[in-house]
Amino acid sequence: MSDIPQTGQDRRRPRRERRLPGSRLLVVIPALWLIVFFLVPFFIVGKISLSQTVIAQPPYLPVFDLAAGFEQLKQDLASLSLDAYGLIASDALYLFSYFKSVQVALIATAILLCIGFPIAYAIARAPRRWQPVLFMLVVLPFWTSFLIRIYAWMNILQRDGLFNQMLLALGIVDTPPAWLASDTAVMIGLVYSYLPFMVLPIYATLERMDETLLEAAADLGAPRWKAFWLVTLPLARPGIVAGMLLCFIPILGEFVIPDLLGSSETAMIGQVLWTEFFSNKDWPVASALAVVLLALLLWPILLYQRAQIRVTEGPR
Amino acid sequence: MSNVRGSSWFTLPVLAAGLAFLYLPILVLVVSSFNDSRLVTVWGGWSLRWYVSLLDNAPLLDAAWVSIRIAAVSATAATVLGTLAALALSRAGRFRGRTAFAGMVYAPLVMPEVITGLSLLLLFVAIGAERGFWTIAIAHTTLTLCFVTVVVQSRLLTFDRSLEEAAMDLGCPPLRTLLTITLPLIFPAIAAGWMLAFTLSLDDVVLATFASGPGATTLPMRIYSEVRLGVKPEINAISTVMIAIAALAIAAASLFGKLHRIGRQTRRG
Repeated sequence: MSDIPQTGQDRRRPRRERRLPGSRLLVVIPALWLIVFFLVPFFIVGKISLSQTVIAQPPYLPVFDLAAGFEQLKQDLASLSLDAYGLIASDALYLFSYFKSVQVALIATAILLCIGFPIAYAIARAPRRWQPVLFMLVVLPFWTSFLIRIYAWMNILQRDGLFNQMLLALGIVDTPPAWLASDTAVMIGLVYSYLPFMVLPIYATLERMDETLLEAAADLGAPRWKAFWLVTLPLARPGIVAGMLLCFIPILGEFVIPDLLGSSETAMIGQVLWTEFFSNKDWPVASALAVVLLALLLWPILLYQRAQIRVTEGPR
Repeated sequence: MSNVRGSSWFTLPVLAAGLAFLYLPILVLVVSSFNDSRLVTVWGGWSLRWYVSLLDNAPLLDAAWVSIRIAAVSATAATVLGTLAALALSRAGRFRGRTAFAGMVYAPLVMPEVITGLSLLLLFVAIGAERGFWTIAIAHTTLTLCFVTVVVQSRLLTFDRSLEEAAMDLGCPPLRTLLTITLPLIFPAIAAGWMLAFTLSLDDVVLATFASGPGATTLPMRIYSEVRLGVKPEINAISTVMIAIAALAIAAASLFGKLHRIGRQTRRG
């Protein structure tokens, strides 16, 4: 997408091509770091997902040892297996967890959009001098520990917690219902933790929006809802897409929130992976679960990268 | 302009409700940390007893010290790497592999932590690294450098490029332009990036659990193992302490930013 219109773009924005000479060398160090500690590990995960489980340290076979010579390597390659994937495909528990994770992530993202967009819109429409303060107030909770904020909800949602006391006092319920260890609690925790991630990119695009466009729409006789629908929403789209993906992708693999607020019977895939790895010590199955999760997320992640480039660097 | 702004019948209630949702749980937590009663749901009057009992909780304090050191090391490394990446993305023009590089920088922001944690652990096992302080620091650096990049890059894209261009037109060599013009101008963003990386590291439980060995337990790991068993008054107290530290850090940062701006203005005029 960025290659084709290059000549036309150069004529329009010649200044973008001015660069600090030698600055390309800057790429090398962070790129190397990310390749070693982010990219290469995925290949190791892929390799171990094809290994067999053994009771040893480390608990998988074969362990590639290049010093052992070519014959040993050939033997090792021959003993790679798809057992871990076969287990995942045949056990309904795993499939159900994937399904459940996708479902939870979709619902949470929809709720987040319904709550996050009005907040971002309200900040962008507030008087200019309030905007930095309001923006800070939305970001601020993000600076306090995420774990502590989830814990705060455990305080509120426990059986004799504040929420039930309130419901009792208002006469809405007679016996306090159990909120913890339920899907509702997980949903509250997810929406609460991820709200800034939805608001920020949407606000970023709305704030950059040229307001004279709305005035033009009004001058030409468009009612406000129509101007909103035809001008504001399309312009905010990169932010909406980025916000939704910024929530959907991590929620799909979320571990801490469902572990603390949810029930153990209906586990999300992050919890299943955690249990396989730490409790069952089955590294190949945990790796295979990660590979399948990554495959599910590959397309959303690519979409997100494009949206993120557009939100940070502006429309091209 | 006035016809698109100040639709307060919409703005005010939405903002009030949104901010209440964000802040009420934290407020409840802070208030209950001063509750004298051992039963967290019964109000027994104001008291500081849980803060006092924190001071005797050696494992918790040890874990806090480990966490602070890891956060300082990884935030510093992430700030250097993240700033370099941001400079490369916004000042190096279009280079081959730029999209791939940008993608690699943004991916850890959304990657589920269980995947990143598992893959890093398997890497550490494969190369035979001894797990503990340094492996956690490496894991946190990898995660937080991306946040630093986003913060610094957005600043680099908004500031006035003509200052850099003027310096170079007047014959200032590129490296000197970078050191004397660009870096001072983006310094507030770099500082904000460092603090964000520090708090993210101080907060992380998933990556730390994967990357740690028997030797190193961080504060979130310890809090997490306690919290799994239910709500405890000591945890309310340590949470409030952490919230207070975050609030102080933010106040210091905004004050610092203000002083920085005032300083520049007075120098200029």
